[in-house]
Formats: sequence, C-alpha cells, structure tokens
Amino acid sequence: MADPIHQFEIQKIFTLGHIGNQEIAFTNSSAYMFAAVAVISVLMLGGSAGRHLIPNRFQSMAELSYEFVANTLKSSIGEEGMRFFPLVFSLFMFILTANMIGIIPYTFTTTSHLIVTVALALLVFLTVFIYGIYKNGLKFFKLFVPHGIPIYILPLIMVIEVISFLSRPVSHSVRLFANMLAGHITLKVFAGFVTSLSALGAVGAAGALLPLAMTTALTGLELLVAFLQAYVFTILTCIYLNDALHPGH
Amino acid sequence: MAEGQSKSAAHATGAHTAADGGHKAAFPPFESSTFASQLVSLAIAFGLLYLIVSRLALPRVGGILAARKQVLDNDLAEAAKLKADSDAALKAYETELANARAKAQTMASEVREKLNADQDAAKARLEESLNAKLASAEQTIAATRTAAMSNVRGIASDTASAIVERLTGITPDASAVNAALDASLKG
Repeated sequence: MADPIHQFEIQKIFTLGHIGNQEIAFTNSSAYMFAAVAVISVLMLGGSAGRHLIPNRFQSMAELSYEFVANTLKSSIGEEGMRFFPLVFSLFMFILTANMIGIIPYTFTTTSHLIVTVALALLVFLTVFIYGIYKNGLKFFKLFVPHGIPIYILPLIMVIEVISFLSRPVSHSVRLFANMLAGHITLKVFAGFVTSLSALGAVGAAGALLPLAMTTALTGLELLVAFLQAYVFTILTCIYLNDALHPGH
Repeated sequence: MAEGQSKSAAHATGAHTAADGGHKAAFPPFESSTFASQLVSLAIAFGLLYLIVSRLALPRVGGILAARKQVLDNDLAEAAKLKADSDAALKAYETELANARAKAQTMASEVREKLNADQDAAKARLEESLNAKLASAEQTIAATRTAAMSNVRGIASDTASAIVERLTGITPDASAVNAALDASLKG
C-alpha cells in the first residue's frame, strides 16, 4: 500500500544558498507556494484586465473574491478594517488556493506543513500586537482587563486572558495544519485501499468499489474543508485584528 | 571530515528508509531541517503576493467596482429624475383634465340655466298674453251677452205689444208692458 505520509515530504529541487550552516533550498513546497501566487495573480489581474462594466465570468470570479473578503472584513471590523484588506485578502486567497491545489492528485499541499501555518498565524499575531500597541499605546493592554469584573478575581481573569491571547497563534495555525494533514492522510488511505484491493483479483476489484466511493465522497468533503479552513483562518484573523483596533472589548 | 562522512551516511540511510516506507524518517511536517527553506520560500512568495495584491489587483478590482457603482448610481438618479418628471407631467395632465371638466360642467350648467330662464320667460309671456286674450274674450262675451240681453228685452216688449195688439186690438201702454216684462223676467 502507498505510504500516506509520502505526499508530505519536502523534496529539494535546487539549492538557493546557505544561512549559516542551514541550507536554503527551493523545494516542491516552494514551487507550490509560487504556483498559488501565480494562480491568484492570474485570477485577479487577468480577471480585472478587461475592466468591463458588465463583468464576464472571469471578471466575476475576481470581483466575487474581492467582495467576499471585503464583506467578511467589514462585517467583523467595520469600514476602518479596510486598511488590513490587502493582508486579509492575501491570507485568504493564499490559503484557499494552496488548499485547493492540494486536492488535485499528485500535488503538494503547502498548508499541510505546520511551519507554514505557524508563520502565517504569527504574521497575524504580530500584526495585531504591533499595530495594537502603535494605535492604542498602553490602552492596548485593556484587552486583558475585561469590564465589569470584580477586583478580587481580576488577577485570575487577566492571567487567563493573557494565556488565551498568547495561545491564539497556536490554535490558529494548528487548526489549519491539522485539518489539511488529516484530510489528505484519510484520502490517501482510502485511495490506497482501492489499489491494494484491486490487486487481489476480481473479488478484490469489486470490493474496491466501496473505498472508491468513499474516496470520491471524501474528495468532495475535502473541497469543503479546503474552503472552510481558509474562511475560518480569515474570520479569526478579522476577529484578532478587531482587537488591535478596538482593544476595550 | 569523518563527521561529514557520517552525516552523509546517515542522510543516505534516511533517504533509503524513506524510499522503503519512511517509517524511520521523521514525520515530514516536523522535519526541522526543512523549516528554513519553507520559511524563506513562504516569505518571498507571500511578500510577492502581498505586493501584487495591494499594488495591482485590489486597486484595479476596487476601481472597477467603484466605477460600476458610480454608473449605477447615476443611472438610478437619472431614472428617479425621469420618473419624477413623468409623475409631474401626469399630475399636470390630471389637473388640466379636472379643470377642463369643471369648466365644461360650469358652461353646461350656465347654458342650462339660461335656457331654463328663457323658457320660463317665454312661458310667462305666453301665459300673460293668453290670460289677456281670455280676459278680453270674457269681456266681449259679457258685452255681447248684455247687448243680447237688452235686445231680448226690446224683442220681448215688441213681441208682447204685438201679441197684445193682435189679440185685443189695443196698443198696450209701453210702461205697462215694461212692468209686466220686468215682472216676468224677475220671475
């Protein structure tokens, strides 16, 4: 049976250079990252090239992407959240495209690597932290002091708030990583059943129909998960950014 | 040198086992030696994406949407203006129509009143003349009757005198005949 972990292996394509002793390589993961960037660029730049008053299908896709993210952002932060629009749009489109490309058989899913999702989550976390301090100064720390809490349990609440704030990038990144990883392993395991069962002859081939149907259904589910996880990541980003703009709960 | 050899040997075995089934190799997402490469790639790719999105894509799509909104707003405003115009025209037309109708009604009732008055006057005149004629006819009748009645008396007295004369051969006294006539007329 095919190894379900094999699809996550990083393969070096060529070496870019070294930082200290660490080799920096252009890998299959890098290729798929740039592929995602290329797909998004083609969608957004190609789709908006015509500047049609009445959009064609291609332009509709670009506009739909724009408006979807813009509405998500506005509904959770409001009009002033639009300053983060390029960041949130890039995050959503990058994760969505990477997830979607990953569903195509024989491809690599960049978002199934914890280091990638951690980097993206930390980008959001640091943006929230730095912009929150820059915009609100020390008032930003009111985030940890909810209103209407009796003074004697305030220290406890503050500790909990600080821990929950600091654990945000963990849950933010692990959620995306784990969903992509688990989904792809499951797909691979069921798809592997199909090949190993059909190798057993006619009876096996007939029995392979069940995991084949399962794989088909799971692929549909994975499409949903790919979109949903990109959306969840974006929504959480919006909620965290809202804290940077309005820390006083 | 020896360390390098052992490292490459370890790498070779790692690659070998990975090809066999990969059970001894680290789980790829936790293979820390690949982290730096991925981070560098991600930084370049995501930075590039951010630049493309923020400098080119979003302003362009946003511009298209804003331009469309502008066109739609203009068209809607124009349509609202045209609708207001047509409403005003309709209202003016209805007012005009109502005025014309009221005017026609006034004219009709004026004409009707005038005709009624004329008719009444003509009727009154006719009645007056008829009444006058009736009165004069009655006068004529009364005069005629008086004349006739006086003639009757004359005839009666003549006849009575003639009868008396024929019967008696005496011409009666006129006053006696008159008295007798008066008596019989009264009776």
